[in-house]
Amino acid sequence: MKNVEEIFNLLKEKFGDSIIELVTNLPVEHFITANPLEIDKVSLFLRDNGELLFDSLMCLSGVDDANGKNVPDEDGATKIEGGTLSVYYHMESTKLGHKLTVKVSAPRENPDITSVSGTWKHADWHEREAYDMFGINFLNHPDLRRILMPYDWEAGYPLRKDYKDPEFYQGMKVPY
Amino acid sequence: MGLLDKQFTDENIVITKVEDLLNWARLSSLWQVGFGLACCAIEMMATSASHYDFDRFGVIPRNSPRQSDVIIISGTVTLKMALRIKRIYEQMPDPKYVISMGSCSNCGGPYWEHGYHVLKGVDRVIPVDVYVPGCPPRPEALLEGLLKLQEKIRNESLVKKTA
Repeated sequence: MKNVEEIFNLLKEKFGDSIIELVTNLPVEHFITANPLEIDKVSLFLRDNGELLFDSLMCLSGVDDANGKNVPDEDGATKIEGGTLSVYYHMESTKLGHKLTVKVSAPRENPDITSVSGTWKHADWHEREAYDMFGINFLNHPDLRRILMPYDWEAGYPLRKDYKDPEFYQGMKVPY
Repeated sequence: MGLLDKQFTDENIVITKVEDLLNWARLSSLWQVGFGLACCAIEMMATSASHYDFDRFGVIPRNSPRQSDVIIISGTVTLKMALRIKRIYEQMPDPKYVISMGSCSNCGGPYWEHGYHVLKGVDRVIPVDVYVPGCPPRPEALLEGLLKLQEKIRNESLVKKTA
């Protein structure tokens, strides 16, 4: 069983600059931030290293950090430009009994994050949900389609902070 | 109905109007589409179970829209589901009736403002005969809704559709 500092040092030693920092100053569980384009390799190491053995990805959640600039768009609503979209990975080792949170952030305009569905099979649908709700593009995902919204949904990604309801969907009025 | 008071004393003959007979037959065996959406469906199932016993009004779930008379929209209608509901409704033979059960299918319910995925009332896609309020409605409320629908059918006319 390892604590988050020990895991951080182990990862830092193995991946160097791909592991960015250990965040301890927030009133949540301490977490590690990593490079979004290296997270597939990091996740494989986390799963397979004999001292870590994170065999279960408990949750994978997308987050809109909304840390960009608020810009008024042509019809009066605000649009966010710049900033990041993030994905949090909560994992657990059922063999060793320790837990870990990893965060990766990608730029809002081009949110590319490598898929961890090759490491944990069940990440497949979690990533499809994060894609559906936030438009995060998971590279090397086997089947990146919408999972909750209809396949022909064209109004954007509903959990983004600057999302606007469409007036109509398939002839049905959407707003109240 | 007035069936019994027009009965002849010596034969098994009952005199009534065709309209009354048809309406009576319709309202006494409303088969519902075996179809549930959300938490309201749990209440609907409770209504079907022995304690409230929907069957005493002739309501049984039928797992085919082609042989059903009524569809109970029991729960949140998402935009994705709305298209399917419309199709099921169109597959039902006339005369067909719709009971909208609970706040979600009446008007969007708790999702009325921030529910990006919810249709704000099933009456935007299919015509509704009876709205049952509640979140979710108790079985008694659904039974009352059914009695209201029966009342509506009882007053139907052959020459003009009223429900």
